[in-house]
Amino acid sequence: MRQKFVRTLGGVAIAALMLGGAAACKQDSGGGGGGNANKVCDLKIGFFGALTGADAGLVTPGKQAADLAVKQYNAKNADCKVSIQPFDSQGKPELAAGLATNAVNDAKIIGIVGPAFSGESQTANPIFNQANLPTITQSATRPSLSANNWKIFHRGVGNDLSQGPAAGRYIKDVMKAQKVFVVDDQSAYGAGLSDEVKKTLGSLVIGTDKATDNQNEFGGIISKVKTSGATVLFYGGYTEEASPFLKQLRANGWTGTFVGGDGIYDANMLSVTGQKDVEGTIATCPCAPATTAKGNFVQDFKTEFGADPGVYADVAYDLTNIFLEGIGGGKSTRADMQAFLQGYNKAGSATGVTYKWDDKGELDLAQVRVWAFKAAAGKWAPDQEIPKA
Amino acid sequence: MDFNELIRGFPELTITGLTQGAIYALVALGYTMVYGVLRLINFAHSEVFMIGTFAALWTWGAFGLDANSGRPSVGAAALMIAAAILVAAVFSGAAALLVEVTAYRPLRRRNAPPLAFLITAIGASFALSEGVAILTDRRQFGIPALLPTAPVISIGGWNITSIQLSTLAVAIVMMIGLDQFVQRTRFGRGIRAVAQDPNTAALMGVNQSRVIALVFLLGGLMAGVAAVFADMKTASTRFNVGFLIGLKAFSAAVLGGIGNLRGAALGGILLGLVENYAAAVFGTAFKDFVGFVVLIALLMFRPTGLLGESLGRARA
Repeated sequence: MRQKFVRTLGGVAIAALMLGGAAACKQDSGGGGGGNANKVCDLKIGFFGALTGADAGLVTPGKQAADLAVKQYNAKNADCKVSIQPFDSQGKPELAAGLATNAVNDAKIIGIVGPAFSGESQTANPIFNQANLPTITQSATRPSLSANNWKIFHRGVGNDLSQGPAAGRYIKDVMKAQKVFVVDDQSAYGAGLSDEVKKTLGSLVIGTDKATDNQNEFGGIISKVKTSGATVLFYGGYTEEASPFLKQLRANGWTGTFVGGDGIYDANMLSVTGQKDVEGTIATCPCAPATTAKGNFVQDFKTEFGADPGVYADVAYDLTNIFLEGIGGGKSTRADMQAFLQGYNKAGSATGVTYKWDDKGELDLAQVRVWAFKAAAGKWAPDQEIPKA
Repeated sequence: MDFNELIRGFPELTITGLTQGAIYALVALGYTMVYGVLRLINFAHSEVFMIGTFAALWTWGAFGLDANSGRPSVGAAALMIAAAILVAAVFSGAAALLVEVTAYRPLRRRNAPPLAFLITAIGASFALSEGVAILTDRRQFGIPALLPTAPVISIGGWNITSIQLSTLAVAIVMMIGLDQFVQRTRFGRGIRAVAQDPNTAALMGVNQSRVIALVFLLGGLMAGVAAVFADMKTASTRFNVGFLIGLKAFSAAVLGGIGNLRGAALGGILLGLVENYAAAVFGTAFKDFVGFVVLIALLMFRPTGLLGESLGRARA
């Protein structure tokens, strides 16, 4: 009897919560109006990614760039403004579903920049797809993301089918390494990237191992790396694990070169690892240096934030501007925006990349350029564009 | 399966395993003492450890060190490590006491059922870890380099770095010290008495509340010391570092026989070694898998752990 009572009470509570949520949503979409008669104002662009947490360094520069783009747009369209709605996933797939649902329920949101990482993309994109909410990711590079028939999926960068082989070629042709150890973090991104690197390196790979998310003690792997005699270690994964891993490798006397993908190309990799230990580390990225972006972007970014644009800032800036261009052109629903993206074919003002997506949501991979960056004196210095095969 | 890896890397695997095991053991002592006295699994103990890692980081920060700064001289480093041990032990001890006084003691007063304690423990753990997460923006912090990395002892392939050596030395001293404290002092006798039979102990004039507070404090001190060496070993910290190590340390305590101090020490070191050897033979992906399969297998044959549950009973 008592149990039944509790159950009923629980049911009522849940129902009340849901009703409350629905009411809140209604209120959200009810506001706005004002300004132009035929134009819908106060539309929002979602920004989805790790804004806090250990991997936030990869995402916050993009968020700043998106804020900058919107600020510039609003200055020109003061009567009908747009805003950025952040969704802080902390980079965790398990948080992504809830946030995606929140985004979907806000009818004012008609486009999403992100999700920034591959793992969270796999959780969030099916939800966006069901709600026809178009997304363009600035940095999720796992190749298989485009093979899910998500019609809303657009990738604003190359994928790891370009990055992985390029990283492999850099290790083989530029660094001329003979003994390479490959470690990945078993994430959607890290494992995929490492597999591509292994394929390119072939017999140069003398050992492999796996790390896990949140691992902070790498004694076992370090022993293997050291006994293998590897001079280069490729790590497929993110800064959160790469940084302590590298520090521990150094503390245990390994002197080889640490190479990673765009997952470690962020400011935290430098600051958390410390200048001495990180020096000489290589990060590849299917992006050109944001500091040499075209147009006024670099200058504007510096003026606004007092710092050089970080990783993927130029890409996120261009992608946000694509959404803004759509909104400025009167696209006010998700379906309109989706159609707009499908027909889009223009070069971005900051990256110079031509944004034209195929039916899977991929850019023309021929124009994807992969760069290598080297940690030097506490900064990521552009090393060279990795030659195409 | 790769036994060559195990044979080739045996010295290194053994030493890193021992070091990691020593850290597990120090943390395990906190679980085991609280369990021995209260029959309570103090899940918040992992967060007590985490607070220690931050206290050490702040201490070194106060000396002007961060991840980018150069290595200080060995003498200065030793001094800073000693200072960090002191500060971290105080912070961790205080955190452990705080949890006891604010969370568990009121429950005990009201004779709450064991389930309430369990949920409170989990709640305290989450509250502490998320509290620190919010305070630190969930950021990751690099630990400054302190001790030189070159091996200090090097005999036929067995290289021991100063961090490993100091971890082992301090851990052994702390464990022997704690064991002697519990075995020989008046306070220790009080702890053993309450562990054995709380009611009779109270009748004999043992102040139960004080003994319980002391147990939390001692566990916290050990966790603080462990945190300093874990900081130096893993070279970074963040709000959730306690989770995995807490789980491992708790397992180590069960492996050795929960409630048994020497068991916790033995269990910790054994777990550190088994994990490392397993990582070499089966690949690191199997590290936790093998570690816990061994745990389950051992418990099948010795359900009360290697040395049995006996904070009170053994050599009382």
